[in-house]
Amino acid sequence: MKLKFASMALGAVMAAAPAMADLVFPSLSYRTGPYAAGGIPFADGYADYFTLLNERDGGIGGVPARLLECETGYNTQKGVECYESTKGEGALVYQPLSTGITYQLIPKATADDIPIHSMGYGRTSAANGEVFSHVFNYPGNYWNGASGAINYLLEANGGDLSGKKIALVYHNSAYGKEPIRTLEELQKKHGYELSLLPVDHPGQEQKSQWLQIRREKPDFVLMWGWGVMNQVAVQEAANIRFPMENFIGIWWSGAEHDVLPAGDKANGYKALTFHNVGRDFPIFDDIQKYVVDTGKAAGAGDQIGNVLYNRGMYAAMLAAEAAKTAQEIHGTGEITASQMRDGMEALQIDEAKMAALGMPNFGPAFDVSCQNHGGPGLVGVTQWDAANKTWSLISDFAATDGEVIGALVAEDSAAYAAENNIEAGCK
Amino acid sequence: MFYREAGDFKTNYADDNQTFPIRFDRYRYYAVMLFAFGAVPFLINDYWVNAIFLPFLIYAIAAIGLNILVGYCGQVSLGTGGFMAVGAYACYKLMTAFPEISIFIHVLLAGGVTALVGVLFGLPSLRIKGFYLAVATLAAQFFLVWLFNRVPWFYNYSASGQISAPERTVFGIAVTGPNTTAWAPYLFCLVILTLLALVARNLTRGMQGRKWMAIRDMDIAAEIIGVNPLKAKLSAFAVSSFFIGVAGALFFSVYLGAVEVGEAFGINQSFLVLFMIIIGGLGSIFGSFAGAAFLVLMPVLLKNVLVGGLGWPTDIAAHLEFLIVGALIIVFLIAEPHGLAQLWRVAKEKLRLWPFPH
Repeated sequence: MKLKFASMALGAVMAAAPAMADLVFPSLSYRTGPYAAGGIPFADGYADYFTLLNERDGGIGGVPARLLECETGYNTQKGVECYESTKGEGALVYQPLSTGITYQLIPKATADDIPIHSMGYGRTSAANGEVFSHVFNYPGNYWNGASGAINYLLEANGGDLSGKKIALVYHNSAYGKEPIRTLEELQKKHGYELSLLPVDHPGQEQKSQWLQIRREKPDFVLMWGWGVMNQVAVQEAANIRFPMENFIGIWWSGAEHDVLPAGDKANGYKALTFHNVGRDFPIFDDIQKYVVDTGKAAGAGDQIGNVLYNRGMYAAMLAAEAAKTAQEIHGTGEITASQMRDGMEALQIDEAKMAALGMPNFGPAFDVSCQNHGGPGLVGVTQWDAANKTWSLISDFAATDGEVIGALVAEDSAAYAAENNIEAGCK
Repeated sequence: MFYREAGDFKTNYADDNQTFPIRFDRYRYYAVMLFAFGAVPFLINDYWVNAIFLPFLIYAIAAIGLNILVGYCGQVSLGTGGFMAVGAYACYKLMTAFPEISIFIHVLLAGGVTALVGVLFGLPSLRIKGFYLAVATLAAQFFLVWLFNRVPWFYNYSASGQISAPERTVFGIAVTGPNTTAWAPYLFCLVILTLLALVARNLTRGMQGRKWMAIRDMDIAAEIIGVNPLKAKLSAFAVSSFFIGVAGALFFSVYLGAVEVGEAFGINQSFLVLFMIIIGGLGSIFGSFAGAAFLVLMPVLLKNVLVGGLGWPTDIAAHLEFLIVGALIIVFLIAEPHGLAQLWRVAKEKLRLWPFPH
């Protein structure tokens, strides 16, 4: 039995023989399961950007990009399978869009000399490039997010949060637990009261958490949610008539599909972001012309311009720019994963570059360096307008509390280095 | 023709009582062992190990463990995921507390810890049976997952609550951590699986196994003929949990490398292992292997055929996978309600008569 299956599987694997001479970007996506609502637009944006590059520019630096999509279902076991099945094809960079899978891939990919870009998720202390040589999480991470939310609240309350009550509703997993330490540190500094409300996977059941919020009446609620958990939370908040403008989600809790089910009651809900929202960028004309009109749009093609679509596109743009940088550094079109890593470490994104790509003011300008894999950590706030069904940016991309975050990053990465016998330092 | 006792003479009791008394069967077994130990390690790469062999070997251990409890002793358990988590966290705590001791010993000790926990949660089985016991073990599942999420000591106070396996070696060769060569973790799991399968096989066909089966078939009758239900049930829980704990320890340390308790050891895991033994065949060691192979390999195979071979979109393939695997489960269970093991038994009977049907 086992042998029969094995030989059949062998045949199937052999059928998909690797084709070289292109730049392989694996997309560990999830279009099924409880997190698909967020996975689909991101995967579409990621895929469409590479399609655009191939159609319009003939690839990156003249070498066509090839997207290898692999369905993970947000499940770590399938993530391992996807990683192993795609790495042999010359994968340049992994973007698993899952904190759990990122944690798993960090040691593996480092050993295999393949970079990981966990943009706004994953292990926050990977910002310390001296320890995490192959992991990048620019332009912002969860701790920037936590600090950004507190800064925003500080600003809204005249610089004083002492005595205010803040509740954190979080996905009870590595992802949701990430901001806790930062919020606790900031609690010491700013004197607010923090209460923690974990929500178990997948997050459909939140009655007791919101009952507690109704009882304790916190002034502000922060949320670290993903997938179906977001819309349930927004609906529950609406049900207990919690003022939406005091409810702030992380960037993974602020997309159209999260707020639409609650209808008008979701009006005013806020979410953090590290890139711009909306369709008001020249690049969307190109996407329409080269991708949509030629019938090459990924998925159903109905996600274009959504918050998470933009994020997927942004992730693809950063990957493509890093590949270009790597091509320049090494003087070759067909870069390897190791050269891609060098490109990511030397990546420079400025206003002129983004404008040339048709994405003016789409994200912050930043430089990556060996010491800092985390970028500047600038955080903006978006707000949902239920009448027009649009998200709009209501603040500038503001700096976060680097002092507190820097100390936490140093502490956590030192612990990782000690656990795994890594000698910190730049090559 | 093939599976024949005829001409296969035994001259002593030891020969007559061996695990595979039919010569052909025995040689087939030797051939599989020789292939698994002698050939596979030279043929596999990272993909084969991490996507196919490790999950198969580890789930086979868990399925054998659960089969002892459910298939042989008749005590329904939905706590497999929780017990695997106990194994994983015990292994993690031992690995980090005593880094100089061989991981092999840690894995077995983790199984021992799980056995103790299993006995504790097996206590209600003395009073309740059937569905009610299933609910009690379900409570164990939720309680254990909650406990490992709630108490930071279990994950060494790490910020994210994840546990990750540092590099550990057996005879100087890394079997956990990122820098392993493909064959090392494979052989490590294979050796453990072989040892445990031999133990399980001999336990279940000996005195202890007969006691378990007596309890399963009718507990009152078993008590009357002198089987102590306390000892029989708790020993089944202990042995079963030991196996499941070892599987959990390997699942975490060798296979995944980093886990999060709610995601890796949730209720889905309990159901998956239960489905394995139902599809494979309750009360059969071979059935545990067949069920594990079916549920681990089918999805990977389908994915490779649909996405790699036919080039279909990944989401359609993923949905079809559910449909096809689900349909196959129903087909197999209608064709043979006693699982793949029964199909195998029927096939053997047919082979024995072949080519003469009567």
